[in-house]
Amino acid sequence: MSSMAVHSLWTTAAGPLDKIPAPHIEYTQLSPVLIVLGAALVSVLVEAFVPRKARYHSQVFLSVLALVAAFAAIVGLAAGGYGSTKAHIAAMGAVAVDGPALFLQGTILLASLVAVFTFAERRLDPADHGHRVDSFAAEAAAVPGSDQEKAAVKAGFTTTEVFPLALFAISGMLVFPAANDLLTLFVALEVFSLPLYLLCAVARRKRLMSQEAAVKYFLLGAFSSAFLLFGIALLYGYAGSVSYATIARVVDGSIGAVDPALADTMGNDALLLIGFAMVLMGLLFKIGAVPFHMWTPDVYQGAPTPVTGFMAAATKVAAFGALLRLLYVVLPGLTWDWRPVMWGVAVVTMLGGAIVAITQTDIKRLLAYSSIAHAGFLLAGVIAATPSGISSVLFYLGAYSFVTIGAFAVVTLVRDAGGEATHLSKWAGLGRRSPLVAAVFAVFLLAFAGIPLTSGFSGKFAVFKAAADGGAGALVVVGVISSAIAAFFYIRVIVLMFFSEPKADGPTVAVPSALTSITITAGVVVTLALGLAPQYFLDLANQASTFVR
Amino acid sequence: MDNLIALLIAAPLLGALVLLLGGRRLDKSGHWLGTLLAAVSFVIGLVLFADMLGKSADDRALHQTLYTWIPVEGFQADMAFRLDQLSMTFVLLITGVGTLIHVYSIGYMEHDERRRRFFGYLNLFVAAMLLLVLADNYLLLYFGWEGVGLASYLLIGFWQHKPTAATAAKKAFLVNRVGDMGLSIAIMLMFTTFGTFAFGPVFEASGQASEGKLTAIGLMLLLAACGKSAQVPLQSWLGDAMEGPTPVSALIHAATMVTAGVYLIVRSADIFDAAPDAQLVVTVVGAVTLLFGAIVGCAKDDIKKALAGSTMSQIGYMILAAGLGPIGYVFAIMHLVTHGFFKAGLFLGAGSVMHGMNDEVDMRKYGGLRKYMPVTFVTFGLGYLAIIGFPGLSGFFSKDKIIEAAFAKGGTEGWILGAVTLLGAAITAYYMTRVMLMTFFGEKRWQPAPDADQAPSAEPAAEHAAGAMPHPHESPKSMVIPMILLAVGSVAAGAVFEFAGFVEWLEPVTGFEHGHSPVSAAAVTAATVAVMVIGVGLAYLQYGRRPVPVVAPRGSLLTRAARRDLLQDDFNHAVFVTGGTHLTRSLVYVDHSLVDGVVNGTAAAVGGLSGRLRKLQNGYARTYAVSMFGGTAVLIAATLLMRAV
Repeated sequence: MSSMAVHSLWTTAAGPLDKIPAPHIEYTQLSPVLIVLGAALVSVLVEAFVPRKARYHSQVFLSVLALVAAFAAIVGLAAGGYGSTKAHIAAMGAVAVDGPALFLQGTILLASLVAVFTFAERRLDPADHGHRVDSFAAEAAAVPGSDQEKAAVKAGFTTTEVFPLALFAISGMLVFPAANDLLTLFVALEVFSLPLYLLCAVARRKRLMSQEAAVKYFLLGAFSSAFLLFGIALLYGYAGSVSYATIARVVDGSIGAVDPALADTMGNDALLLIGFAMVLMGLLFKIGAVPFHMWTPDVYQGAPTPVTGFMAAATKVAAFGALLRLLYVVLPGLTWDWRPVMWGVAVVTMLGGAIVAITQTDIKRLLAYSSIAHAGFLLAGVIAATPSGISSVLFYLGAYSFVTIGAFAVVTLVRDAGGEATHLSKWAGLGRRSPLVAAVFAVFLLAFAGIPLTSGFSGKFAVFKAAADGGAGALVVVGVISSAIAAFFYIRVIVLMFFSEPKADGPTVAVPSALTSITITAGVVVTLALGLAPQYFLDLANQASTFVR
Repeated sequence: MDNLIALLIAAPLLGALVLLLGGRRLDKSGHWLGTLLAAVSFVIGLVLFADMLGKSADDRALHQTLYTWIPVEGFQADMAFRLDQLSMTFVLLITGVGTLIHVYSIGYMEHDERRRRFFGYLNLFVAAMLLLVLADNYLLLYFGWEGVGLASYLLIGFWQHKPTAATAAKKAFLVNRVGDMGLSIAIMLMFTTFGTFAFGPVFEASGQASEGKLTAIGLMLLLAACGKSAQVPLQSWLGDAMEGPTPVSALIHAATMVTAGVYLIVRSADIFDAAPDAQLVVTVVGAVTLLFGAIVGCAKDDIKKALAGSTMSQIGYMILAAGLGPIGYVFAIMHLVTHGFFKAGLFLGAGSVMHGMNDEVDMRKYGGLRKYMPVTFVTFGLGYLAIIGFPGLSGFFSKDKIIEAAFAKGGTEGWILGAVTLLGAAITAYYMTRVMLMTFFGEKRWQPAPDADQAPSAEPAAEHAAGAMPHPHESPKSMVIPMILLAVGSVAAGAVFEFAGFVEWLEPVTGFEHGHSPVSAAAVTAATVAVMVIGVGLAYLQYGRRPVPVVAPRGSLLTRAARRDLLQDDFNHAVFVTGGTHLTRSLVYVDHSLVDGVVNGTAAAVGGLSGRLRKLQNGYARTYAVSMFGGTAVLIAATLLMRAV
């Protein structure tokens, strides 16, 4: 940066205050985010001022209310035409209100709603010292095994802080796919990542493992954020702006120098390409694409299972939304640069996830690798670079979230003396002991495997079709091979559940309260509905597939 | 009105879902719910029927498209329904007779612990059968086709604790698979030939396709029809299917499901009309089965199996008529409906007799029952008169038309087919008179109930102790009323169709031509009545004049063969089972040595790779960070490289 530029920065900052225009904010159009964020703040106050006994119920009530209200706001906006004709960029260019944003935000809110039900479940473990307990530590700050922890358990404490944390994370996720400049993108990323790190650390059982997972997730997440931020700096250097629209226009050459102070660096393609690759890396990390996936199995396994389900579904939706917007809005002029790179990432992600999953022995790790393979399938749809590619990814994300949350909710039910019995050998013969639970899990596994009449088939079909139409036929071949490999381990679990002898010391299946039952039922209903009659939802995704620029 | 079509199916489907998922809390009320929903479907059918009558003949067909399941260029699978005069006829038959049989089952299954499940399956059947006849494309029809197959399997094997019932269910399922293969191949052929499997476009295009392809499609459709309708050579399952509860035999294996093959052929009229060779094969299959079933029916002592032989034979008539082309389609359907009434009535009568006779099915142990079960006697008797074609009753009108149409086929074929149908009519009169005489007339030949372990709690009422003499009694009202209503149908349906214009009703859908018979209509009618009298007379001489021995005599070679269903199972065993075993053994050898080698090799390679890759995941955050760092470096390098290239 030249001395001139530094000087101009100083003088701008030191100018009289009245020259800074008051930002124009469209509160109505941002209402979904504002509702959740407001609820999160109220939720913190609840933690501070409401008596301990009443906290659980007020927090659950508040969270559900906020999510439902925010979803209603989304529906209102979509009905008001903000997804199509009135789509535009709000909040001084920071946030887009358009079809994909509303569709993804709606998906995130619905997925979060059913996930919050599993957060609130407290019937799975037997009562401890006469207190109902949930999946979270009695006192997260107490050292595992210490007297302080024992006292907290005895007193019946629970970590109700998970609700404000989840609400903060959700508000970040809502902004992430709608972010229309790189700084908003980064802020949203951090807003949803930090609460997730904490949520990972507060498991009630296997606390050390949970804390280890959280530390790993935090370290690697910070590492990837650094790359992302550095990439943003390079892109700013290239375009002189962090706004998506401006960068896009600089890339396609329709505007020249934005800021004379940046004349040295502007238009330097090396900055553009390196910056793009780094921003991409930050997003691929959140998606869990190979080779940025290695946190996934460890974190999925260590985190409390309700959190895992929430994270696996909602984070993926938000991150794919941001990726789509980046590739389709900011860099359409770079399609020929990013497509080959993304091809490679998609291929190794699909194959890597499917192959490594085969030898897993823990159900949560298995589902983690499965989520990696699914990230690969989704990338195939992203690479299509066509409107049908966007709509197929939107549809797939909706379908996948419900299957995932449902599957992890079932995992919370299968328990033995040490909490959840996640080792696969424990699941042998589950179909004989609890045919209903095993059948429901089988439905989810079949959906993961993409068997017809489940949402997994419709989604995979849409994504592969879009990829094939978009000229990525070879990628589809790899996708189908990976699906075949993946089908092996999904079906193996079904075989294990239904055709193996149950073990004498096998786990028991807890009878959940209405909360988890609702989550699982919602998962099954959506899975079957999107498999039997996908057309309505495909149409919806089609209508929502136009990005505002 | 279009929107009501889906409701027709939705009502019984809802019943099936609620009853099968509802659990024990519905044990007390489930049968009422199931019956109610079948009746709802019937009422909707009546409303649609009334609406249809109000329209002119050419625009009576209704269409409803619920949604498109898979919309891909060149492949469209619609959830679409078509309700025209043909499907309307079936809808009324299925829901009408179905509702009556639901009512009958309330009494018949009263003592069965699993009654709720039974009604759930019955509702499932009704829904699937309605889907079959309402589908507007072959794929959806196939869905319904498999659905009725499933329901049939579940209901034949309903008393699964009896090994015979379990085996019979399996047999029915397996034989039907052969036919189902035919249907799926036909659909694939249609798709490659016409590029679609929706009814309208396929029928329109069938004029242009080559005759060879149409013949292939026609033969595959016939194979499907043979499986579902128990026609030679896929007939062997129907007799064993009588292991199911009697209401099931009446509804599924007499009145409705087994006639699906006839529906399939009549629905595909445009294809068959353009493929005369396939049509000829259809008539041959019909003629052979007609005699086959009739001969088997003459030799059986089990009342339900005798009736099953008769069903096979009567469907033979329908298939034969359907093979005659436009001169026969209408009569095939007309006979199908009248048969639906009288055969369901006969089965319900048989069930009522068994109900009163400690579940005895051997007619040699009946005799003289008319005094003890007067209502059953009268209703069964009316069904009997209808099936043998007694002038004025329903079977008379429909069968007479088929015989006339067979002669009208023309040429040598016409004479042969005509003679076969007449011969069939004589045999029908013979075996039905035999059933009637052995059951309701003559001396009492009742035997004490067998020991419980010999016939483990077969049909419902299990309250009678082993070794007790039967006390024949009339059945409860819920069973008697449906029998009376069906008897009314057996008497009146034929005349109503004849004089209310059934031909004009169906003509817009199936087409109709007057056949030019070398024999006059009056002569055919006279001959039909004459052969009927001969058949009845022969049976009377054999079973009415002489006492019926309780232990069956050895009988002639033909009788013994007929008792074994004309050696169908022996044939299947020798040819298909033994041959199939050898074939599979050699295939298994190839599979083990060759295919498995490749498959297991691939699996082992993938597994080995997986094990090795897994070691990369060593749990250290530093390794993960290195992976990310390396990945980013590759990403950047690749991006730059792409630009450089």
